[in-house]
Amino acid sequence: MTQTTTPAAATPPASPTVHKARTTERSLIRRTLARPEIGALVAAIGVYIFFFAAAPTFRQADSFATVLYQGSTIGIMALAVSLLMIGGEFDLSAGVAVTSSALTASMLSFQLTTNVWVGVLVALVVSLVVGLINGVLLIKTGLPSFLVTLASFLMLQGANLAVTKLLTDNVATDPINDMDGFDQAKSVFASEISIGGVDVKITVLWWLFFAAIATWVLLRTKFGNWIFAVGGSKESARAVGVPVTFTKIALFMTVGFAAWFVGMHLLFEYNTVQAGEGVGNEFYYIIAAVIGGSLLTGGYGSAIGAVLGAFIFGMVNQGIVYANWNPDWFKFFVGVMLLLATLVNLWVRRQATRR
Amino acid sequence: MDLRLNRTRRASALAALVTAGVLIATGCSSQGGKKAQDASDDISAGKANTPRLKIAMITHAAPGDTFWDTIRKGAKAAAAKDNVDLVYSSNPNAADQANLIQNAIDQHVDGIAVTLAKPDAMKGVIAKAEKAGIPVVGFNAGLDNWKDMGLLEYFGQDESIAGQAFGKRLNEVGAKHNICVIQDQGHVALEARCAGVKKTFKGKTENLYVNGTDMPSVRSTINAKLRQDSSIDYVVTLGAPFALTAVQSAKDAGGKAKVATFDLNKTLVAAVKSGDVQFAVDQQPFLQGYLSIDSLWLYKVNGNFSGGGEKPVLTGPAFVTKDNVETIAKFAEKGTR
Repeated sequence: MTQTTTPAAATPPASPTVHKARTTERSLIRRTLARPEIGALVAAIGVYIFFFAAAPTFRQADSFATVLYQGSTIGIMALAVSLLMIGGEFDLSAGVAVTSSALTASMLSFQLTTNVWVGVLVALVVSLVVGLINGVLLIKTGLPSFLVTLASFLMLQGANLAVTKLLTDNVATDPINDMDGFDQAKSVFASEISIGGVDVKITVLWWLFFAAIATWVLLRTKFGNWIFAVGGSKESARAVGVPVTFTKIALFMTVGFAAWFVGMHLLFEYNTVQAGEGVGNEFYYIIAAVIGGSLLTGGYGSAIGAVLGAFIFGMVNQGIVYANWNPDWFKFFVGVMLLLATLVNLWVRRQATRR
Repeated sequence: MDLRLNRTRRASALAALVTAGVLIATGCSSQGGKKAQDASDDISAGKANTPRLKIAMITHAAPGDTFWDTIRKGAKAAAAKDNVDLVYSSNPNAADQANLIQNAIDQHVDGIAVTLAKPDAMKGVIAKAEKAGIPVVGFNAGLDNWKDMGLLEYFGQDESIAGQAFGKRLNEVGAKHNICVIQDQGHVALEARCAGVKKTFKGKTENLYVNGTDMPSVRSTINAKLRQDSSIDYVVTLGAPFALTAVQSAKDAGGKAKVATFDLNKTLVAAVKSGDVQFAVDQQPFLQGYLSIDSLWLYKVNGNFSGGGEKPVLTGPAFVTKDNVETIAKFAEKGTR
């Protein structure tokens, strides 16, 4: 796996000038094929064709909107998580952090009877602080992020339940849909837009928007280079003057931001939040990033890949239901599909880098 | 050398094969096992000749739970009888369950049976189903919400009423101090049961949270609690598998505390029979699953609905004690009670 890491990370800055005609022509195809997301793209098309053939309902436009919606809630988080993974770290608290954010916004506005936007903003601050703490702990202790975020995962999970129970004497938050600002916030985070007669959830558009920003940051900005550098090798990155501490903390806070956004979507789409939810989702984010071509070891990956990874996940998840397969085998099928998608991805990447 | 090695290997393989064959041939169990199970028939009531319908059942169940399996068996039995193509799916996560309902709408099913464990989260998508002209019935969870959400009818148990009945029963058997074991911290229906018990029980009720996905930890947590406070004389569990574990915990802790539980399964019926578990409150999951599908079929073919759109149809609490366990054991053996 590690042999394949170098080319893409190194290609953009080092465009050779000597044998211009020959190298540019070759490297253009090669560069496209060696992009981390190409394997995921092939896998996504494969999975799409598969379900298109296997499940008649899957072919409808409104079913596709459902698939995209499922992809988007995983995908927005997967974007931030894949940036973090390119930067060489994990965040196991990402799943429950979504619930924490939604709980914070909901309970704060309800308990203090404020406009819901107050809760939304406080939740943003809380989510960013959680990211900040994760990052600072990681840097200060020097422990692996797996451990640090495992601790914060457990703490958040406990706090979610304990604080909710303390404030509401219940395990779910009170509905806030009759409070000021709810409709406004709903239109931002959880509305539906009709595109050609098909209702598409707004999270799908946000997902693509965030993907565009993440791609731009990764490929066109100094910060993007820093992310690849700290993920590739922390020591050499530091040696050439990359602000490692800043980059890593910023990446954790990006995950915090994404958790806030998805949390707000859950809150305004479903009105109340259950304290125990979100556990386990962190793995789906990581899986989506990995299917999308991010390496578990860091230093390699792409934002578009994460989008495709989440899209594959959404297709598999809903496609199995559309295809009406025995639900007892559901998780097994998901596992098989994901394995196949990852293998296709790996194979395409090997082919691309070998030539 | 090579040849001889091969030969001894082949010989030992043959010996193993023969032994295995002999074991299978002579080692038949005279009772129990798959044979005994196959002997008892499934519930079947012929088959309707009405047009084929497609009905989706969408629950908040985590996969692999005996309780939900019984619900599904009920649904299957009704589907087989009513010429219904049953599409079952479940997800404990509210957002994912809502998405599964959307999935059913996309499939243009003829009816939807849904559990409303997180009613607010289902509101939007159920309104969509109704807009698409798909009749929706509620079951198992959502007693307080089905009517507001415009559902056709509701089949289930009032968790609070069941809890209160449970508390009264505890009074009758002379319990003084119970612990109410919640296997899924944060589950509304489970909390409601314990709150119901607390309401009517004259002694002291304490909630104990355990990690329901890890049985050894359930066992040791209950054990620890019993040792810590020896005045506890009743352990109340909220699911059959946990009752059976609690029996072990009580034994570990000296065997003073008795066990009673909500919900039923095959093994639990045997435990009531043997006296390990004092009594169980059954909400009749088979009936919930069966009625949900059957009622949708009836609505489709004859426009009927139960409860007149006003009242829920209660399927519990039905007490299972040593007195009536014999009759129920017959059905439980088949996994349908």
